Amino acid sequence: MAPAAPRVVVVDYGAGNLVSIEQALTAAGARVSRAVTGDDIDGPDLLVVPGVGAAAPAMDRLREGGFLGPIRAWIEADRPFLGICLGLQLLYEGSDEDGAQTLGILPGRTVRLEGAPTLPHIGWNQVVRRWSHPAFAGIADDADFYFVHSFVGQPDGPSADALILADTEHGSRFASAVARGRLLGVQFHPERSGSNGLRLIANVVAAARAAAPSLA
Amino acid sequence: MLRRRVIPCLDVANGRVVKGTNFVDLVDEGDPPELAERYAREGADELVFLDITAAPEGRGTLLDIVERTARRAFVPLTVGGGVRSVDDMRDVLRAGADKVGLNTRAVADPELVTRCAARFGSQAVVVAIDARALAAPDPAIPSGFEVVVNGGRLPMGLDAVAWAVRAVELGAGELLVTSIDRDGTKSGFDTDLLRAITTRVPVPVIASGGAAGPDDFVAAIRDGGADAVLAASIFHRSEYTIAQVKAVMAAAGLPVRTLDQEATA
Repeated sequence: MAPAAPRVVVVDYGAGNLVSIEQALTAAGARVSRAVTGDDIDGPDLLVVPGVGAAAPAMDRLREGGFLGPIRAWIEADRPFLGICLGLQLLYEGSDEDGAQTLGILPGRTVRLEGAPTLPHIGWNQVVRRWSHPAFAGIADDADFYFVHSFVGQPDGPSADALILADTEHGSRFASAVARGRLLGVQFHPERSGSNGLRLIANVVAAARAAAPSLA
Repeated sequence: MLRRRVIPCLDVANGRVVKGTNFVDLVDEGDPPELAERYAREGADELVFLDITAAPEGRGTLLDIVERTARRAFVPLTVGGGVRSVDDMRDVLRAGADKVGLNTRAVADPELVTRCAARFGSQAVVVAIDARALAAPDPAIPSGFEVVVNGGRLPMGLDAVAWAVRAVELGAGELLVTSIDRDGTKSGFDTDLLRAITTRVPVPVIASGGAAGPDDFVAAIRDGGADAVLAASIFHRSEYTIAQVKAVMAAAGLPVRTLDQEATA
């Protein structure tokens, strides 16, 4: 008997395009549903917070949807989590973009990209890995992924170095992927990064399935 | 290092990809989702979908075709044409667009750029500027390039370079600059127009209008200062592949994304 398809919940808080992330997760063999309130996070194998845009309106919508508690609890329990772009930035303590106070799950702040020749940073750029991680299995160590952002989460404190999985250069070097336990955060858009991105999403879905309590 | 992008453009009229000379005499070039998938597979760095009849017909964007196109291409999709409000932009993003192009409506209602950027972020707001060179000097248009709207039909008496600077101040995160003089003529990009704008704005500029071959892509970047280059008919008619264009760009020393280091999904 084939194992049940991994179930993925994508948090829908009005922050742009969900079609592409849902399509990429589906292509990876996942069953995907959208959470429009915190109650919709009903024990999936993987929780995904996507999103682009500014932090303050996003935090307002997460608060209104009752998402803040469930997302915090999910990550504190080290359940499989993927944060993409704004969905990663919101995990830090605050954002310089609009002064918003954000979730404070990761140490550091979201800051403007320093020394960038063009802003926003839009296009394909190299993601250079510091250490090996299952999400990047089968992907070149400096593969190109698609970025579209002006701000970026900057880890600080004693755990910062351990958190940073990959770096990217645009005027200065910044953390383009972070990982801690079963949490993965990426500043780029795997759902828009061609076959490298699809491979990353398939790896994340496969790891979430392996982490499912029923199979532990 | 940030790659210079090659962007096939899907000009869509009545649900089909079309191409004409100077925005008129349209010829059918195919189905938008099919072409999008093909270009993504062939190495397109991004796709632009322009609903070119939306503004002249005064209607919204064709959301069902946007969604079918977005589902077939795992590369970024910018959708322009027919976006008249923040709600329109929300609908287009929810249909699967990553960025939205504002053109005619932004000229009429510049604050729309600000409202869209405040809601969705500057990185999702592309202001598309169609420009043409003046036949004779006009003190009201010091750069010598005038904005035209409604698919290139209507001159606005507005300086294209001044409008580009203002659009960025209002919140545009990227500019798509089309030379109406060159569009569909295969006489090369207007690098003077590009240079006039790229030296004045901090945001990425996509060059459009006039591509005949790979050397034009190199010129748009090297001489025009563009970050990305858009073309339609040379790809639709298979005169050049995306890989051929990128090979010439790479030989000229420009950083490009190639498919040889891609993972197998």
